[in-house]
Amino acid sequence: MSDPVSREPVLAVDGLSIGFQTRRGLLPAVRELSFSVRSGEMLAIVGESGCGKSLTALALLGLVPPPGRVTGGTVRLEGRDLLALDEAALRRVRGARISMIFQEPMTALNPVLTVGEQIMEAILEHEPVSRKAARGRALALLERVRIPDPERRFAEYPHRLSGGMRQRVMIAMALAGAPAVLVADEPTTALDVTIQAQILGLIDELRREQGTAVVFITHDLGVVSRYVDRVLVMYAGRKVEERGTRDLFADPLHPYTRGLIAAQPRAGAGPAGAERQRLAEIPGTVPALAAMPAGCAFAPRCALADERCVQAVPPARRAGSGLVACHHAGETHAV
Amino acid sequence: MPSDAALATPAVATTGASTAAAPVLRVSGLSVEYRTARGVVHALDDVSFELAPGETLGIVGESGCGKSTLARAVVRLLDPSAGTIRLGDTDITHASRRRMRAARRDLQMVLQDPAASLDPRWTVGDLLAEPLEIHGIGSRAERRARVADLLGKVGLPPEAAQRRPHEFSGGQRQRIGIARALALEPKVVVLDEPVSALDVSVQAQILNLLTDLQRTLGVSFLFIGHDLSVVEHISDRVAVMYLGRIVELGGRDSLWRRPAHPYTRALLDAAPRIDDGAAPPGPGLTGDTPSPYELPSGCRFHTRCPIAADLCRREAPATRALSPGHLVACHFAEGGTPPSG
Repeated sequence: MSDPVSREPVLAVDGLSIGFQTRRGLLPAVRELSFSVRSGEMLAIVGESGCGKSLTALALLGLVPPPGRVTGGTVRLEGRDLLALDEAALRRVRGARISMIFQEPMTALNPVLTVGEQIMEAILEHEPVSRKAARGRALALLERVRIPDPERRFAEYPHRLSGGMRQRVMIAMALAGAPAVLVADEPTTALDVTIQAQILGLIDELRREQGTAVVFITHDLGVVSRYVDRVLVMYAGRKVEERGTRDLFADPLHPYTRGLIAAQPRAGAGPAGAERQRLAEIPGTVPALAAMPAGCAFAPRCALADERCVQAVPPARRAGSGLVACHHAGETHAV
Repeated sequence: MPSDAALATPAVATTGASTAAAPVLRVSGLSVEYRTARGVVHALDDVSFELAPGETLGIVGESGCGKSTLARAVVRLLDPSAGTIRLGDTDITHASRRRMRAARRDLQMVLQDPAASLDPRWTVGDLLAEPLEIHGIGSRAERRARVADLLGKVGLPPEAAQRRPHEFSGGQRQRIGIARALALEPKVVVLDEPVSALDVSVQAQILNLLTDLQRTLGVSFLFIGHDLSVVEHISDRVAVMYLGRIVELGGRDSLWRRPAHPYTRALLDAAPRIDDGAAPPGPGLTGDTPSPYELPSGCRFHTRCPIAADLCRREAPATRALSPGHLVACHFAEGGTPPSG
């Protein structure tokens, strides 16, 4: 609204498709996914196991592991298509312009290097500064992610740190190159709730102060509602709904989104002393990659499904401030 | 450790439940210590509660709070260092293996990862029939019929009996785990994080199943969890644990609407809920949970507590009743008066 530059997306994904090469052929795991993020914005990609959200996160950095591979689409970071870059060029972009944090920091941290050495390495990889300067920057980063007593922590090995501290170190490393985009794949799923609040607060603060765009992969709708601007809901490899967070929770349009929200227990909901309510269930299970329905992938579990849903994949249509991919969206909400 | 008068009074601990029947499980002053190379860990310290017939007591807390130790101690997978566990009229605190085998008819457990607790080489039918065989219940044909009945109860088709656990999804495997725990019609089932590994839509199915089973069978649940929304949803009463102790225990309504312990309040604030809207989170707790090897003096929460005073560093707070059935261990809990000294 204020700054015209910030309306230009810093990351634009268009028609991204990812498949797994198997003996039975190419199984599509992510299909024709499009979205974009602006500077300082936090976009969540939500969905349940196997929906393709983590694979999408990896694709943003050119890190899809075999037998998976990107089969189509573009990932434009500041105008440049990352999928067209060779590995050497990608490596220069990773960490510098786009970086990633994971659920388990230990898998990404080197156990035999001290915390400080690893952050220095991340800095030196992208900038020709002296080791002394890199050390100063690393200490500043540790302070930036609110690690108490940074001088002491600098010299410690990752296994000496708590889960929350390790995630802070990961964030410090991810910020070393001052990236335009931070991809966070379930960064707090392994953490306790009071520590989760600290880490989410930190990420929120960083994107507000430094204008970092955040792509936040999560299964947790509660986290989404508190910290995120816009939400993309995935089901079986496709985007089924994309909305402003407030709109999504106030008036979810896709039957799957409605099912997900209704299945979530809500602490303190309902009058005091009320009988325990049953939760709304989504019947059935997610279809296997090898047995994806021809039409809408949610049709076999959807109360609204009819012949059209079985036949044709619903296109994403504009719905107020967002998009929804359902033949029946906009009809009555009764399910 | 001093035993807490309020918790030792059975009348107080059961008033939260709607029933006046004798408790099916009574845990009193239970402590568990681990001896490790680094020293002694007081994993559980003076924990007391009762479980009424047909009731669900939720146990909630973060890593290291002792909730899983509590679960394992109650079913005697761990030996307590102090305290007693009574199952109905029987003291099982130091029961021999043979006596525990008999007690397991009434006391069963469901784990977080059902795959890990189910032998992959066995068919589901064998897994469900095994507890019946061990206890010499029924003929082969009767056991087969009982297996089919159990599968029906947890929403699986009879054909499931011929298949093996790995052929099922996570949610289905948890149904099998629940069916196995129910095979002997126990009075108490301890559920240790039973839905933590499941997606939210599957989690809803399992929580509904547990609710339905409890209504039809009258079984009592001790439900261990870390997700406050889940624990609140499933429980009649909830105990909040921190570093091996119960810091607050109450009916779910009073606990969620009038949390009295600063830790309970911090937990509730920190857990984002989907109806939060864009509400800015509170200041939150700083720092990590202290190491169980180096427990803080006085109140164990004082190092992270926003209202801690000198007294809290010196003296561990006794557990007291704020209202009938609502217990709290805090010197300065809301509605209470700080003790003199």
